[in-house]
Amino acid sequence: MQTVKALDNCTDDLRWIIRYDPTRCTMCGSCVAQCMQNAIEVRMMRQDLTVSEKPWPDPEKKHLARPVIRQKTDLAHLCVGCGFCAKVCPNDAIHPERNPDQRIPVIARVNGPIRRGGRTNLNTQRTLDAIVVGRISQMTDPALDSERHTFDMRAPLGRVLPSRDLASELQVRDGKLVKTGHTPPVNWIYPLIFSDMSIGALSTRAWEAIAMAAAYLNEECGLPVRMSSGEGGMPVRLMESDKLKYFIIQIASGHFGWDRIVKALPRMKVDPAGVLIKIGQGAKPGDGGLLPASKVAPHIQAIRGVPKSTLHSPPNHQGLYSIEESVQKMHLSLNAAFGFRVPVAIKCAASATSVSVYNNLLRDPYRICGGFFIDGIQGGTGAANEVSLDHTGHPVVSKLRDCYLAAVRQGLQGQIPLWAGGGVGLTGNAAADAFKMICLGANGVFIGKLLIQLLGCVGNENGRCNNCSTGLCPNGICSQDPRLVARLDVDRGAQAIVDYVLAFDSELRKLMAPIGNSSLPVGRSDALVATDHAVAEKLGIAYAC
Amino acid sequence: MCRIGSIKSLTPIGPRSALELMLPQQEGHDNSGFAMVMQDLAGPFAEWKDRPLLSAACTREGMRAVDDYMAEHHFSLLFSWTPKYDARPGLDIRPMERYLFRVYDYPPHYRYSSDEEKAALLLDTRLALRSMLEEHDEGFVYSFWPDTLTLKEIGDPRDIATYFRLWDDSCPLLAKNIVTQCRQNTNYDIVRYAAHPFFLQGYTLCANGENTFYTKNREFQKSLHRGYTGFESDSQCLLYTLHYVLNELKWPIEYYKHVITPLPFAEIDKREDAEVLRIIRETLAHLEINGPNAIIAMLPDGRMMTCCDSKKLRPVVVGRTKDMLAISSEVCGLNAIMPDRDVSTDIYPGERETIVIDNDLRVHICRQ
Repeated sequence: MQTVKALDNCTDDLRWIIRYDPTRCTMCGSCVAQCMQNAIEVRMMRQDLTVSEKPWPDPEKKHLARPVIRQKTDLAHLCVGCGFCAKVCPNDAIHPERNPDQRIPVIARVNGPIRRGGRTNLNTQRTLDAIVVGRISQMTDPALDSERHTFDMRAPLGRVLPSRDLASELQVRDGKLVKTGHTPPVNWIYPLIFSDMSIGALSTRAWEAIAMAAAYLNEECGLPVRMSSGEGGMPVRLMESDKLKYFIIQIASGHFGWDRIVKALPRMKVDPAGVLIKIGQGAKPGDGGLLPASKVAPHIQAIRGVPKSTLHSPPNHQGLYSIEESVQKMHLSLNAAFGFRVPVAIKCAASATSVSVYNNLLRDPYRICGGFFIDGIQGGTGAANEVSLDHTGHPVVSKLRDCYLAAVRQGLQGQIPLWAGGGVGLTGNAAADAFKMICLGANGVFIGKLLIQLLGCVGNENGRCNNCSTGLCPNGICSQDPRLVARLDVDRGAQAIVDYVLAFDSELRKLMAPIGNSSLPVGRSDALVATDHAVAEKLGIAYAC
Repeated sequence: MCRIGSIKSLTPIGPRSALELMLPQQEGHDNSGFAMVMQDLAGPFAEWKDRPLLSAACTREGMRAVDDYMAEHHFSLLFSWTPKYDARPGLDIRPMERYLFRVYDYPPHYRYSSDEEKAALLLDTRLALRSMLEEHDEGFVYSFWPDTLTLKEIGDPRDIATYFRLWDDSCPLLAKNIVTQCRQNTNYDIVRYAAHPFFLQGYTLCANGENTFYTKNREFQKSLHRGYTGFESDSQCLLYTLHYVLNELKWPIEYYKHVITPLPFAEIDKREDAEVLRIIRETLAHLEINGPNAIIAMLPDGRMMTCCDSKKLRPVVVGRTKDMLAISSEVCGLNAIMPDRDVSTDIYPGERETIVIDNDLRVHICRQ
């Protein structure tokens, strides 16, 4: 019997198998040249072929050595299924094919935990798709016309004054109400925030495309969309420009970029839209931030003020050990840094403990917590351990609802705006997701992964690409390699985002109009029905079948 | 769609006028009930204006329970009026066994209490009576407040009026202010509490419409005040917000509209008082209403008010003569009770207006 080295990998062990048709191949070499994974190569192959080289049929059997495209089988050069070889091939000669018999989860841990980007590939259930907008205005009240009526779609970012404080903060003088003291800053913004993806996790060009889209939506479309910087700082020129007002500056446990932010403070012409303290991330709660050294290019080092090395943001803020302390220390100091003019919000991964956190924040005596961002397990990330991505986290829908109802029970709903994310737009329909989340109690939603998908990201929840952690993003979105970054057309990318948000805006109206609401139906759970009994029961909405 | 109406007169009028105001509008409602709140009473109640008047409908057992409760809590009965029923056959009415219209004196230890303390006592007493009667399904308590009388019943309003002899010129129920409505709740179960007008501590309100922010209103209001209860109708939310703005926050009446139908942010931004309006919109976001509505309200001091939703999806009109003013869903109601009025002075409130009528019938129009 033939001997075989049984432990050697072959293409059948890999997640993706390159299907190559030598009869269509023109040997142009484009597929090999473009493959950022270096997963395919040109090799010579001995072949017995019957060829006919004359103008008339003259078949002849030949033994030839011909160049062909072959897939590498070592773990360092895995095909990730991005399909860019197919995209570049002029003759449809090559494409990756998903391999149902792959052994990657078993064999790929030789160098430690598997790391990747993207979303969880396991917990892709869609609670929101078991909910429909079922309370349609028919005869009881008129539905509105989404094209004709005006809709006031704004969401608060900032600590809303408790109603019990109204009597002291607003007083009647000469028959008119006047404000008598300082009230916390609240910015009314579009109920869709471009979520925090840092310069570093993203290429500067991808970040720029999203920033351009945000500015365009504000200045040309009248939609006050805000973008969170992510943990990694912002370009100084941007911080010193009047465009800063469209941005929410993030501070996370690594404090990356904050030396520059602090230095830019005196030169800021306008206030940022907010400050977001990131405690955790839904995609990888408890795992901290991770920027592999391969992505810490010189410009990233400059913005973050760090040497070239793998950058870990710790899983917790090292100086904090309780919610009360977080409020007193971080919220207070960040409020003070911007003269109590800028809302300071906090982002946590959804967790069984979210309601406790929210309850504590609601009791904040200083009125300085300006938003609670809950990030669910279906959120995306640029780099994480796969075990975190697939096995830690909490679905966001019920957790958002739990938090809202906890506030309702105390009569505190709306005081700390709830923003929900992590899987919003997972199926591409962000407006429907957002609308349902709003009816369940969210003031607004945030999206991240969807934005890079609009920039061309092909990663999905079936193990396609998700190569963000390696710095070898085929689109140049999550890469700092100038050759890859050059692939990203910033203007077209920004335009795709703008077009999507405009469609989102239209679709949101088309959902508000049938239920007869001209302002956001925050907490209007009676507008929803669930087609799944367990979902209905958990969320406290009607079941319909 | 229901129809609502109110009359404010310099001279006392009877329920007949209210019926005449409402019945021409019957095409718009199903005549399934009659309800009215009378304030600034004349006739036999006139001499007890500063003493609380209990309006209730109950069973015999319920009446005994009310008697016991009031005695235990040191309320002493000063005056009681019982309608002389005309229970002729064929009337479309579902009467209760007993109707109580009773004036009480405050308990002795409340003699020197402040108005706020007395108001709290009256509310707590009404809620306690309501809860007590609800326990064994023994009846309904509609109002317990000085100089205020409430009658509500299920059936055809004409027949209800016949049953209580409201058509008679000798009907002793007379008042300068009446708020009325002729339909039972239609969207939910028929419960007497769900019939407009609603009442709380001197504030009366009826609405024609649908409050589509009912769920969020209710969830928020439940924690604002112990009197914000029941919620048998989505329109009760409008009363509770009125009470909250005027009675709890003690804001001028024009701010009610800023709470229930706040200006769009784009308009707020252009205003001098933008900061105040933004705070109102933020903090009281859960009191905003959506959906079509027209509202008629009566305040403890006798003033009346009307306003609409921000898209003016429900009609309301104000008509007046020298000594009478009426607010009505439809102008045909006004034509019935004041045919000789100058129609050019009728007011059709805009979607951003609040109309306030003083006790001398002067009309104030507040632009939002």
